[in-house]
Amino acid sequence: MGMTMAEKILAAHAGATGVTPGELIDAHIDVIMGHDLSIPLAAQEMERIGAERVFDPDKIVLVPDHFTPNKDVKAAESCRQMKRFAQKHGISHYYEVGEMGIAHAFLPEKGLVVPGDLVVGGDSHTCTYGALGAFSTGIGSTDLAAAMLTGKLWFKVPKSRKFVYHGKRQPWVDGKDLILYTIGDIGVDGALYESMEFTGEAIQELPMAGRFTMANMAVEAGAKAGLFEVDRKTEEYLEGRAKRNYTAVRSDHDATYAGIREYDVSRVEPQVAFPHLPSNTRPISQAASMNIAIDQAVIGSCTNGRIEDLRTAAQILRGRRAAPFVRMIIIPATQEVYRQAMQEGLFEIFLDARAVISTPTCGPCVGGHMGVLAKGERAISTTNRNFVGRMGHPESEVYLSNPAVAAASAVLGRIASPAEVVKEL
Amino acid sequence: MDTDVIIPVQYTSTTDTQEYGRHCMEGLDRDFSKKVKPGDIMVAKKNFGCGSSREPAPIAIRVAGVSCVIAKTFARIFYRNAFNVGLPLLECEDAPDRIEQGHEIEVNLDTGEIRDLLLGESFQAKPIPPFMQDLIRDGGLMNHLAKTLKKAI
Repeated sequence: MGMTMAEKILAAHAGATGVTPGELIDAHIDVIMGHDLSIPLAAQEMERIGAERVFDPDKIVLVPDHFTPNKDVKAAESCRQMKRFAQKHGISHYYEVGEMGIAHAFLPEKGLVVPGDLVVGGDSHTCTYGALGAFSTGIGSTDLAAAMLTGKLWFKVPKSRKFVYHGKRQPWVDGKDLILYTIGDIGVDGALYESMEFTGEAIQELPMAGRFTMANMAVEAGAKAGLFEVDRKTEEYLEGRAKRNYTAVRSDHDATYAGIREYDVSRVEPQVAFPHLPSNTRPISQAASMNIAIDQAVIGSCTNGRIEDLRTAAQILRGRRAAPFVRMIIIPATQEVYRQAMQEGLFEIFLDARAVISTPTCGPCVGGHMGVLAKGERAISTTNRNFVGRMGHPESEVYLSNPAVAAASAVLGRIASPAEVVKEL
Repeated sequence: MDTDVIIPVQYTSTTDTQEYGRHCMEGLDRDFSKKVKPGDIMVAKKNFGCGSSREPAPIAIRVAGVSCVIAKTFARIFYRNAFNVGLPLLECEDAPDRIEQGHEIEVNLDTGEIRDLLLGESFQAKPIPPFMQDLIRDGGLMNHLAKTLKKAI
C-alpha cells in the first residue's frame, strides 16, 4: 500500500517503515521554532519540572517577532525571558531584533528548513514550511517544552487530503486567492486534523512565495499541515540557502486520500474573506461592487510579507496615493525583504503613496501594535485571520485579501479590484 | 469558537496563569470569569478552539474553574494543548445539540459517557485514548514527562 508524502515523512522520523492514519507515533524533530509569545510559558514549564538542559541547542530556532520591537513593558518582559532562555541554553539560532524577521518568512529564507524535515513551532502558522516539502505543524507551549527537552513528540498520523489545481491563473490572482478560494469551498474545519497536499499544473506554475502563502493558511482549514512536492522551483529556492542536505519525498501513486478536490483556477478571481471567518469568501467582482469603505490597509505578515508581495503592491501603488483618511501600513516580513525592497526602489513608491513602512513584526495581524483598529473601524489586510477582535477592538472588522487587492483598496478608500486602478498589466 | 475569543492576545504576554483565567471568554462575554463556578462544564459546537496555538486559551478555561469541555469537534492544536495542560475534552456529536445552559451534567472520562441529569439522557463521547488519560491523571504533559523521565533514571 502506498503512502502520501506526509505519511512518509512521519514514518521516517518515527523509525518505522510505514505508518497509517490514526496511528499514534513518537517522532524525532528536526527543527523546533519558538517566539516571544510561546517561549516564556515553555521556559517556565521546563524550569518547573527542574529540566536543566535542552536536547540539542542547535535544533531550536528562537525569533522574537510578535510584539517586537517591544510594544510595552509586558512584551519587553516576555522578550527578556526568551533572551535569557537562549543564553542559558546556548541556543545558536537566536535572532535578535535587527536580524530577525517574521519567523515563517525568516526560517525558509535562512535555509533552516529543508524538504523532508519534521518541524514543530510554537505558532499555529508553522505549517508554512510545508511549501518546502517538510511536514511542519503548530504546537502549544507545553508541547514546545517537551520537544525542546526530549527532541521528540507524539503525533497522531493525519489522513491526507489532496487538492488539485488546473488551468492558468487570471491576472492579479496569486497563492492567497487559491487558498482563500479553497477554504471558502471546504470551510474552516474542512481539513480538520488532516494533512493537505497541494498539486496540479497551476501549482507547478505558482512561484514559491505563493506556495508559502498557501501552506501558511492550511491551518485556517483546520489542517495539521499543508504540503507541496519538491520541484525545480523549490530546488532553485533552496540553492545557496539550504543549511543541510535533504532528500525530497513524493507521494506514491497508490497512496490513500481522505478525499480529492479539483479546481479550475482560470475561473478563480481574486478573493476577499469577509468578517469574521477566513472561509467567508467572495470574488472581488462582488466585493468591489458593495462599496465597503476602509480605514486601514495592511500589507505584510507571514502570509504575504515577502518581496514578491511587495513588488505586486508597488505595481498598483506606483504613481498613486492612499485615499484621504486611509492608513496604509506596509510591513516587509524580514530584514532581507526590507533591504531588497529598499534597493529595488519600492520604498520610494510606498512613501510617495503615503504608506508607512514598518520594521518586520507580526504587529497588527494579532492586534498587537503597529496598526490596531478602533471600535467600528474596518481594515483590508493581507494577513491570515479575520476573527472577531483579531486586529483590535471586538467591534472592528478585518477583510482578508492578496496584496494587489489591499493596495488597490488603499488607493480607492474602499474594497476595490486591482483592475479598477491599473488598466493594463 | 476561536482562540481570539477564548483569550484576546493582549492578555497573553504574561506567564501569570491566574491572569488568563480572569480574561477567559472575554471576546464573547466580559463577565464570564465572574459567572463561572468551579467544576462547571462548558459545551460547544464545532471546531472549538480554532485559530492560534496560544496555550493560554485552554489554561484560561481550566483556571476559570471549568472541569471539562464537551464539543462536536475541537481544533487540533487546542485539543493537544488542552490535554497537555490537564483540561479534559470530550468529543460528542449529539450532546451539544441537547444540553442547554443550566443543565446538570455528569461525565465519565474513562468511558466517555455524558449524562444530562435534567433531561435524564445519556450520550456517548469518543473514548479518550489511554495515553491522553494518563496525561490528565498526571496533571498534564510536563508532569507526566517529569514522572517518566525520573523512572528512566
